[in-house]
Amino acid sequence: MIKVIILIFIVFVLIRLKIKYQRKEINSREAIIALIFWLIVAGASIWPHLTDVVAKIVGVGRGADLLIYLSLLFLFYSFFQIIIKLEKIDKEITEIVRAIALRKIKKDK
Amino acid sequence: MVQKENKIKIFAIVPAYQEEKTIAQVVRSLKEKVDEVVVVVDGKVDRTGEIAESNGAIVLYHLVNRGQGAALETGDQYALENGADIVVHFDADGQHQAEDVETLISPLIKGEADVVFGSRFLKGKSFVPWTKKWLILKPATILNNFLTGLKLTDAHNGLRALNKFALRKIRITQDRMSHNTEIASLVKHHHLRYKEVPVRIIYKKYGQGYLAGFKILKELFFDRFFR
Repeated sequence: MIKVIILIFIVFVLIRLKIKYQRKEINSREAIIALIFWLIVAGASIWPHLTDVVAKIVGVGRGADLLIYLSLLFLFYSFFQIIIKLEKIDKEITEIVRAIALRKIKKDK
Repeated sequence: MVQKENKIKIFAIVPAYQEEKTIAQVVRSLKEKVDEVVVVVDGKVDRTGEIAESNGAIVLYHLVNRGQGAALETGDQYALENGADIVVHFDADGQHQAEDVETLISPLIKGEADVVFGSRFLKGKSFVPWTKKWLILKPATILNNFLTGLKLTDAHNGLRALNKFALRKIRITQDRMSHNTEIASLVKHHHLRYKEVPVRIIYKKYGQGYLAGFKILKELFFDRFFR
C-alpha cells in the first residue's frame, strides 16, 4: 500500500516538475537533477532490496538506514548553508540601510 | 575649550533605539563637550529622532533596526566623511556621563593612544551591582581578553573614543552586541595604541540583562566558524 502512495506522490511531483520546466521557472539542469532524484526514489520504493545492495557496498546494514543517514547529512548541510546565507543577507541589508541613512543626511544638508 | 582652539573636530556617536525619555538630556550634555552630536536612530519607532534633532543633534535614520554595532558603524562613516578627528561612542540610555568625555579624549589629543576605552573597574568610579560584576562582567572580561588578545579591565561598557587613524582601520561588521569584542580584536589586529581610563557608569536598568552574554557568544561563534 505504501508503495502505491509513494508512487502516486512521485507522479504528482513529476507532473509539477514538467509544468514548472515548461513555464521556465526552473532551468534544464535543475529539472534533470530533480528528475533523476525522484526516479531513484521511485526505483527504491518499487524494489526496496536494491538499496540493500548499495548499503552493503558502503558498509551500512540496511538500505533504509542508508537513506536515513543520507537524508540527515543532507539536512544538516542545507541547514548550515541557510545560516550562512542568512548571515550574508543580514550584512547586506545593513549595508543598504546604512547607505540610505548616509545618503539622506547628505541630501538634507 | 582646549580641543576647539586646536581645531580638532570631535564627534559623539550615539546609537539610539527607543530612547525618547533619555535622549534629550544625553544630547544636551554632550553638546557642551563635543563639536557634533550624531544620533543614529536605529529603526524609527518613537520620537527619539525628533527630540534629538530639536536638541541640536545631527540625526541619521536606519529604516529598520539593525543593531547597536550597525548604528555605530553608520555614525563612524558619517564622522569620517565629515571631517571628524576624534569620535566618542556614547550610549543613549543615560548610563554614560558626558563629564567622562574629556578624560576619554585627552590621551588621543596628546597623541598617547589611537583608541581609548572607558573602564568601570579602574579606581572604582562606578557602582556595579556585585552579582553583575562577578557573575557576568568579570568572566566576560576574561573571555574577551582571551579572544582578542588585549589586556583590558572591562569588556563591554561601550564608552570609548577613537582617533581618525583608528577609525579608518576599524570597520564594525558585528551588527548587534558583539561589536565591543570586535573592536578590541581589530585594535590588536592593526597594532593600534590603546589605553584605558576610569569612567562612571550609572545603572538605570540591568543593562542588557543576564542572558545577553550568551547571545554575544553565539554571535561571535557563528562569525568565527561560518564565514
